[in-house]
Amino acid sequence: MARFIIRRLLQMVGVVFVLSLLLFFWLRSLPGGTVSAILGERATPETRAALTKALGLDQPIWVQYGKFLGRAVRGDFGASTKVLPGADAFDIFLTRFPATVELSFFALLIAVVLAIPLGYLSARRANSPLDSGLVIVSLVGVAVPVFFLAFLLKYQLAVEHNVFPVSGRQDNLNCTRVTNFFVLDGLLTRELDCSVSALKHLVLPSVALATIPFAVIYRITRASVLEVLGEDYVRTAESKGLTARVIRGRHVLRNALLPVVTTIGLQTGGLLAGAVLTEKVFNWGGIGNALADAFQFRDYSVLQVLILAAAGIYVIINLLVDISYAVIDPRVRTR
Amino acid sequence: MTLKRTAPLVLLTVAALSMSACAQSDRDSGSDGGTSGGDVKDTFTFGAAGAPDVFDPLYATDGETFRITRQIHSGLLGIKPGTADIQPELAESWTPSEDGLSWTFKLRQGVKFSDGTAFDGKAVCYNMDRMYNQKGAGQTAAEYWTYFFGTFSDDPSGSLYKSCEAPDDTTAVINVTRTTSSFPTILSLDSFSMQSPTALEKGDANNVQSAGEGFTYPEYSKNPVGIGPYKISKYDEANKTVALVANESYYGEQPKTKNLVFKIIPDESTRRQELQAGSIDGYDLPNPVDWKGLKDAGNKVEVRPAFNILYLGLNPERNPKLKDLKVRQAIAYALNRDQMVKSQLPEGAQVASQFMPDTVSGYNTSLQPYAYDPEKAKSLLKEAGAEGMTLKFAFPTEVSRPYMPDPQKIHAAFTKDLEAVGIKVEQVSKPWNGGYLDDVSANGAYDAWLLGWTGDYNAADNFLGTFFSDLKGNDFHTSVMPWGKTLSEDLKKADAIVDEGEREAAYQDINKRIAEEYLPGIPVSHSPPALVTSGKVQGLTASPLTAEMFDTVTAGK
Repeated sequence: MARFIIRRLLQMVGVVFVLSLLLFFWLRSLPGGTVSAILGERATPETRAALTKALGLDQPIWVQYGKFLGRAVRGDFGASTKVLPGADAFDIFLTRFPATVELSFFALLIAVVLAIPLGYLSARRANSPLDSGLVIVSLVGVAVPVFFLAFLLKYQLAVEHNVFPVSGRQDNLNCTRVTNFFVLDGLLTRELDCSVSALKHLVLPSVALATIPFAVIYRITRASVLEVLGEDYVRTAESKGLTARVIRGRHVLRNALLPVVTTIGLQTGGLLAGAVLTEKVFNWGGIGNALADAFQFRDYSVLQVLILAAAGIYVIINLLVDISYAVIDPRVRTR
Repeated sequence: MTLKRTAPLVLLTVAALSMSACAQSDRDSGSDGGTSGGDVKDTFTFGAAGAPDVFDPLYATDGETFRITRQIHSGLLGIKPGTADIQPELAESWTPSEDGLSWTFKLRQGVKFSDGTAFDGKAVCYNMDRMYNQKGAGQTAAEYWTYFFGTFSDDPSGSLYKSCEAPDDTTAVINVTRTTSSFPTILSLDSFSMQSPTALEKGDANNVQSAGEGFTYPEYSKNPVGIGPYKISKYDEANKTVALVANESYYGEQPKTKNLVFKIIPDESTRRQELQAGSIDGYDLPNPVDWKGLKDAGNKVEVRPAFNILYLGLNPERNPKLKDLKVRQAIAYALNRDQMVKSQLPEGAQVASQFMPDTVSGYNTSLQPYAYDPEKAKSLLKEAGAEGMTLKFAFPTEVSRPYMPDPQKIHAAFTKDLEAVGIKVEQVSKPWNGGYLDDVSANGAYDAWLLGWTGDYNAADNFLGTFFSDLKGNDFHTSVMPWGKTLSEDLKKADAIVDEGEREAAYQDINKRIAEEYLPGIPVSHSPPALVTSGKVQGLTASPLTAEMFDTVTAGK
């Protein structure tokens, strides 16, 4: 097991390294760039040359990459030029990433809490009107684009009816920041009103984001419970005279949930991607939003950090899913 | 493995607990907070379109930042609300020496920086010298100094600034190396605001360093000490809000609203929705197509006087056919600018007859825009032997500028006009930050393109000088034209004239020649940008320089 994990971690380092190389060259091969983004209409040949030199962009690209790598291994990814000028690019990641995680977490929570009981219910009453209705709802959940739903929810519940806030993460202005998970920070610092405000802001984006994982988890749960219900050991349990409650809890649900847990893991990666669009609609100060800003203004340092970090996280999530496979199915380890 | 089996149950429990927390929060939703007695709010919330840079205005470069620094800083000269004209601010009066090279500023008395340091002649000189003495990365970061004052103390040859003396507490004398219409007007720019010498010193304010592809700024630049109706209370980077609070030691009247909050909302439609929902009191740059709807919903659309120019630039170096005045005039006659302005620009926009708006001294009122006359355009092209010529005509994407809300539509309309007179148009587009500006300025890659300019202050040089003074590096490539050098020299001469009347006449003459004899590009339009507030907001004066002050603003509950 340890060898399996170490091998995968080494692969991960390789992936991130190759990606950093591609990313670095790709960014610099794009037309335009940081200098014209900063100077705008005001650019003169002199100011352009001075800024290019000051940012080190006049040097050969290999030299630039070498310097970047040299700094990066020491954890120095350079400063932002436009997203948050002067801020350390990695600090921007640390401020923004929790927002995305918070949003994804609550979306997953909503999806899981609704999908598992409903999936179980559907399977128990297969082919009933309730089941058919839920299947249709789940199909719609997959089919409707997340940003469209996000926009509808925002318009109806925030703009027209003022039930929830329109955008942003928090109304309070004096909240203390600890981890940048706003709900958690409010709890840690006992500023409960901060947590409450953050939760209010979370409702619409996380509901919008939850639709796809909800639909997927619901359908897996339903299928899996249906399958288990037909298994011999359930019939055996019934014939042993066990109570319905014990059968459902211990024999059906537990066995049926194994594939569901794996699905939840796989959905997490997709959630981070979906969050990018939802962030745009709700002006959510997360990593997707920062990425869009950084790209618009050609903020190289921030782009490099965000893309590499996102890639690293994606690789780690995949690794965790693989490890969970290995735990569940020993055959994977020997391969 | 028990862990494996119990995991789903643990997850469900956590989920259930969290859901109850959600439910709790829904019940508590209600008051907005931040309000107190009286019928006006004690917090005014404004939706900003982008994140600010550093708050030390010397290193700031964009409008979103200046919107904030303007509330917390003052300069020697200020801007008269609602105009582009200067007025006394920290200096009560200023007089030039006879040769125009030495300016004596009489300072307002009894003024203190928000840290208690006295504002006096020495403080003025400390500030001027501090800007002039920037080193290394600080020089590059001090973009506005470079642009308006030139070089720094390590290379005095290219500097407008020479030295500063403080004969007594209420006087500062600033010496310059040449006369220019821009001085002392440029001292009204936010970048050259006065900051507390004590705080600058203590905060190691000049410590700007290169870091990777960017700069790092000293801690001071996040909370600089100036003189203004407000001071920084908190910049919450994670929540994208900047909070300001009234500066109690401000020499002027205390702001009418104690707290000022800027919420950063890059998306225009989200800003509009926030205003509709009542969670912000106003925002900048409403889309012109929404003006009517916003007004109908009871909001106020405050239209700023247009202080900008949109032009169609021409590059005779890339396309030699454009060297012929007849061809350039044909293009001017071919464009239906009236129609474009009416159908695409907000109300109040005007067709331009020259490269600056009519509020700027030196505007020539006798000039009329070239009329829309496709027949004349065709005959001029024929005379020039340029029938069927090809024009590589470009527009920027991923951008909306105050003078150009929708570049693509303007480009499409003009393309149609040009094709109607027999010019073959090769359409090109690039993202604003993705090569467009480089292609226009550094690479000279287009025959014709759309670009514009918003004035920094009220001087003809800020428009005409920007476009045509620099003979070698200007976008219009006037160096290949026989008159390019004359124009450049005449602009420099006019700028150096000390007498205002004489200077105005010189610029009027230049404007006439540009329109009739040179026509280096086609001036298109002046378009008024707007900002919008809820109907309950009072006291906001729209500024042509987008230099609105918020200390006079109140928002009713």
